[in-house]
Amino acid sequence: MSAPLLEVRGLGKRFSRNGRPVAALNGVSLNVAHCETLALVGPSGSGKSTLGHAILRLIEPDSGGISFEGQDLLALSGGRLRAARARLQMVFQDPQAAFNPRATVAGVIDDPLRIHGIGSRGERPGLIRKLLERVGLSPDLGERAVHEISGGQRQRVAIARAIATRPSLVVLDEAVSALDVSVRGDILTLLADLQREENIAYLFISHDLGVVRAVAHRVAIMDAGRVVEMGEARQVIADPQSATGKALVAAVPRLRCGISTENA
Amino acid sequence: MTIIHRFLKTPEGLAGALLLAAFVLVALAAPFFFPRDPLSIAGPALLRPFQDWSLPLGTDRLGRDVLAGIFHGARTSLAVSLAAAAASIAVGAIVGTLAGFGGGWTDEVLMRITDAFQTVPGFLLALAFVSVVGPSLGVVVAAIALSAWTGPARIARAEVLSIRERDYVASARVAGMHPLEIAFREVLPNALPPVLALASVIVAQAILVEAALSFLGLGDPNRVTWGGMIAEGRTVLRSAPFLSIVPGIALVLTVLGVYLAGEGAVETAAKRRSLA
Amino acid sequence: MTPALNIHRLSVTYRRDRQEVEALSGVDLDVGAGEKLAIIGESGSGKSTLALAIAGLLPASAKIAGRIEWPSLGRPPVNGRDIGFVFQDPSASLDPVMAVGEQIAEVARAHRGMNWRQAYALAEELLARVKLPEPAALRKAYPHQLSGGQKQRVAIAAAIAGRPGLLIADEATSALDTIVQRDIVALIRQLVDEDGTSLLFITHDIALASEIANRIAVFRNGQLVEAGATEALVASPQQAYTRLLLQAHLGLEETVR
Repeated sequence: MSAPLLEVRGLGKRFSRNGRPVAALNGVSLNVAHCETLALVGPSGSGKSTLGHAILRLIEPDSGGISFEGQDLLALSGGRLRAARARLQMVFQDPQAAFNPRATVAGVIDDPLRIHGIGSRGERPGLIRKLLERVGLSPDLGERAVHEISGGQRQRVAIARAIATRPSLVVLDEAVSALDVSVRGDILTLLADLQREENIAYLFISHDLGVVRAVAHRVAIMDAGRVVEMGEARQVIADPQSATGKALVAAVPRLRCGISTENA
Repeated sequence: MTIIHRFLKTPEGLAGALLLAAFVLVALAAPFFFPRDPLSIAGPALLRPFQDWSLPLGTDRLGRDVLAGIFHGARTSLAVSLAAAAASIAVGAIVGTLAGFGGGWTDEVLMRITDAFQTVPGFLLALAFVSVVGPSLGVVVAAIALSAWTGPARIARAEVLSIRERDYVASARVAGMHPLEIAFREVLPNALPPVLALASVIVAQAILVEAALSFLGLGDPNRVTWGGMIAEGRTVLRSAPFLSIVPGIALVLTVLGVYLAGEGAVETAAKRRSLA
Repeated sequence: MTPALNIHRLSVTYRRDRQEVEALSGVDLDVGAGEKLAIIGESGSGKSTLALAIAGLLPASAKIAGRIEWPSLGRPPVNGRDIGFVFQDPSASLDPVMAVGEQIAEVARAHRGMNWRQAYALAEELLARVKLPEPAALRKAYPHQLSGGQKQRVAIAAAIAGRPGLLIADEATSALDTIVQRDIVALIRQLVDEDGTSLLFITHDIALASEIANRIAVFRNGQLVEAGATEALVASPQQAYTRLLLQAHLGLEETVR
């Protein structure tokens, strides 16, 4: 068995709220393997989003370590950290907020290509068209402003931007929570296809156990800044052991007297 | 098109636009109507207005054409005020963006410098600067910008502080963008609109400061300025008050026009926001 | 049973950038007295417009055609007394500088003719009814001191303080995490059952709708797609769009059985 793609060890982060320190992360340890989807679930304030941001170095943890592709991520800074970001990407919850209000579709996909020196100035428009097609969008969409396209299209553009540099890990922070259910299914299918074909691992942060059960291989349940339960996704959801896990499973709305809607 | 239309529909906007248009036209037309050096002698000294129609606003103590002075003075006012406003907004926006985006020590140092500039009265600062460096158009512009950049800096910083927490800034960091590129490509353009709203105030202020410096004899001596003309007329205020009154009226109308146009722009922006 | 309200051919049009956008077109719908009706739909379905139209909260620029009748009332409804409204974001609907007890008491004073003492006593009672701890102390708390779920409980208490015949909950649990959502849904169901209040529960989540409502109305692009008793609609949807929504739902049903 090779080393895990991502290894988080004893990660800690304290915020100060009203002068009192609050532990957002309290010794979190977990691994993500190559091409795996690890879901991170928990109630609001459990620290799941903080952990996602810490792994991307968007916030600095106070203690612990993160090793990514065998590299000590917390030891990187400046240009070396920026270069490492090509392999470690993120898709945000609200695709409207995640783009500069002035940006065009082609512009937001061009950013990572230009920054990481992928393709010459002349080659990049072709690469952008290919990426748009890759995420199931018309390549002609490039000229449009990001605020003109629909929410589902916008999230596809966000995915195209994230996979532009061929990352090995993408953190999906509630990436499908804001989407309509009829759009959500297609995006989940796209993510699964990309994982298979491009060998991408996902850290899938979500509050929706129904979605997690459909897409994740393993799940880690967080509460109060700790991982309280971790295991194979279907098994944990079928038979949660921790109190938080039990509460989360019990809280999922059930279709009353419904026909079986299994389509997976 | 519709924005300009809506701007002209506000009474302030329309009045301001008319006054400003007149001001700009006068400034641009000066070399065509008065190709001669406005500082050269054009007729008898102290000719009253409306006596000789080749010199409709009369002449000053040395026989220089007052109307030509007004036209060429408008040019100086326009050049100085636009350059000073552009310089102070550019400097302010850059300092504010660096302070807000950099945070920590950068923020602390830059904002204390801003405080220092703000505690010294702006006019005094300009006065001191010109007296030390010597009067010329560029120095006057720099002197005015020196006292006016702090406002844009504070507003830009406040705006940047809220923008830097947005997801699209995080998204740019995730893409590996250099912090300076994030600051100036992603953050600054979105922080600019409220800073630009200050432009009218700064332009109006710059026109007045330039006039005041010229009045005190610290303007560029090779150019006609309204402030200089008022000062010139002061010595014969009893016998020929028109020499101070005419440039004074030009000054008041111009500053009023700039203020009104600024008010109109704010009004239009507010209406647009409430419609959206 | 007289219905609490009848909606006849209701259409709502907004003007946006000189274009007319029809948010609702020709909607016919009844809400029975004491009925729990869920309105479900995706973004742009018009479900929130319907809620705002019933409560008379549409912006003045909206054009409204059709009728909304209140047969059991026999007069136009008054917000607070006849309709209680719970919004998605409690931080936006509560006054940040007013103690929560006062906000609830104000509704009771305005619509039930109580004096301040009676109104405060009622506020305390209501805070206990929405299951907030230590209502006597909490009465003096300000919204920022409460969690999201607690704020939504306060908003519910304020919405029922005027004893309205109809409670409208517009995505009232969407901003909360699932554990808190479950408690709030249970609370709303209990309150309307105890008081015999009609409920209009607006949501994008068909499973959540099925848990709380006896009847579900499905909306899409401003039109009513179908409406029916919850069990029947979930078990045998008549319209393709409803089937699509049911199929797109990702639940834990397999593990339940």
